Amino acid sequence: MSKVLILAEHDGQTLNPSTHKCVTCATAIPGAQIAVLLLGADTAAVATQAAAIHGVHEVLRIDRPENAHPLAATFAPQVAAIAPGYTHLFGPSTSFGKDLTPRVAALLGVPQVSDLMAVDGAYRFRRPIYAGNAIVTVEADPARILVATVRIASFEAAGTGGSATIASRTADVKLPVHTRYVGARSGSTDRPDLQTASRVVSGGRALASAENFKLLYDFADKIGAAVGASRAAVDAGYAPNEMQVGQTGKIIAPEVYFAFGISGAIQHLTGIKDARTIVAVNKDPEAPIFEVADIGLVGDLFQVVPELARLLGH
Amino acid sequence: MKKIIVCIKRVVDYNVRVRVKPDGSGVMLDGVKMSVNPFDEIALEEALRIKERGSNVEVVAVGIGVVDAQQQLRTALAMGADRAVLVQTDQAVEPLTAAHALLALARKENPDLILLGKQAIDDDANQTGQMLAALWDRPQATYASKLELQEGKATVTREVDAGLETIEIDLPAVVTVDLRLNEPRYVKLPDIMKAKKKPLDVISLESLGVAASVWLRAVKTEPPAQRQKGVMVKDVAELADVLKKKGLI
Repeated sequence: MSKVLILAEHDGQTLNPSTHKCVTCATAIPGAQIAVLLLGADTAAVATQAAAIHGVHEVLRIDRPENAHPLAATFAPQVAAIAPGYTHLFGPSTSFGKDLTPRVAALLGVPQVSDLMAVDGAYRFRRPIYAGNAIVTVEADPARILVATVRIASFEAAGTGGSATIASRTADVKLPVHTRYVGARSGSTDRPDLQTASRVVSGGRALASAENFKLLYDFADKIGAAVGASRAAVDAGYAPNEMQVGQTGKIIAPEVYFAFGISGAIQHLTGIKDARTIVAVNKDPEAPIFEVADIGLVGDLFQVVPELARLLGH
Repeated sequence: MKKIIVCIKRVVDYNVRVRVKPDGSGVMLDGVKMSVNPFDEIALEEALRIKERGSNVEVVAVGIGVVDAQQQLRTALAMGADRAVLVQTDQAVEPLTAAHALLALARKENPDLILLGKQAIDDDANQTGQMLAALWDRPQATYASKLELQEGKATVTREVDAGLETIEIDLPAVVTVDLRLNEPRYVKLPDIMKAKKKPLDVISLESLGVAASVWLRAVKTEPPAQRQKGVMVKDVAELADVLKKKGLI
């Protein structure tokens, strides 16, 4: 029988929705029994949320003061101590999971499958390579624990209403002191989270300034959307790094994605190809974004965006 | 700060549109332009700036791979690395194998800092730095957008999903770099000439006591599913209509 351990991301109050998506991925493994592992200073609140996810069998908590911030060097030895006995260890393909999971894999002496996008068997998976221009099917040795990060844009979130057991664990390992948390600067807004929003409004270099991005923020707020940006726009300083969508930014799968003034480099397209509907507005009729758009309009975004907001009755 | 190792991976150039082989055995690499992984270029640029700020630091470029990966190490030498080492193997090098090779080199060279790109743009694995840090039992700072060195330690600003995070790490350490850390310099012709005289050692993977294990077997490679061709609308009014009809807004 397969036993899957999922590394859950949270901020102490709220469980990150990537956890629900990892659970859906894990349920694709035949007969899998699923446990969720939480590390934190106090995980009581998030443990209740994790226990409610459909398909979760057990929630494990490791609470200690050193776990107040998710430092990979601190978390990894604890996870590696809990992992034996499990056949699979999944982390999310978020900055949290991508930082931590390979460190755990190396401590366990096993490889990692990154950005797992489809489960073809307990030890057979598909993942994207070359910015999504190719999909490779890989097979791993069933004799070793299978460590993977889950490409969260490829899976729906598991529902809630379950009631898994919650247990406290201790990982009897010496924690390093060579890595220390200093602080964070988050561009948190009242807008929906870019990685889980059902609507995303995104802007490219054509926005031409950080001030002009306000046009997109206003439109996004009217339709209840998150705001993203192309790498070109982030590099130019028009938008902060956490808004970047693409191969090296966030991979997203909203119901509808608005690309305003984004030419559509391969590296950007790989971040949006799972969007249900892509709407592209660009002045250049030859822009590659139109090759993947479901609905395209050749036009100047500075005219289109305000008019669209008006016509949509907002 | 005495020595920095920078990892330089040979990859298909950023601008090449990669195609899958018809028999599904991989992607077409014959005659394709190869370059230094763009993130590794940023790592090297950072090492060079540390050196140029006046510290007497040696910058060592390290590659792992085929004989031709010497070309990318020559580029690194032309950019300003002091010397280079190619760990040569004809086998595909998976991240865990790369991490073991780099660990062996780290034990030999005793660097204060190992810099790598956060991921390589071929396999997009995003693993090697983290695995190396684990095996070496040293700190890791991934996705660095700012690196400040102090005596025996470094303060690193990291690009994370929520924004920016700052951590402090003791040296030696592994740092993987993100896009906005710096903008790499262009190589000038005289530097290419000078680079030909700089030392480039070629050693075998086996000489480091590392086997090129197949950890994950690639069964087949396929092109991604194509999206259906969409429709073009003529004006904003039609766009608004379509969005409403499809129930998207």
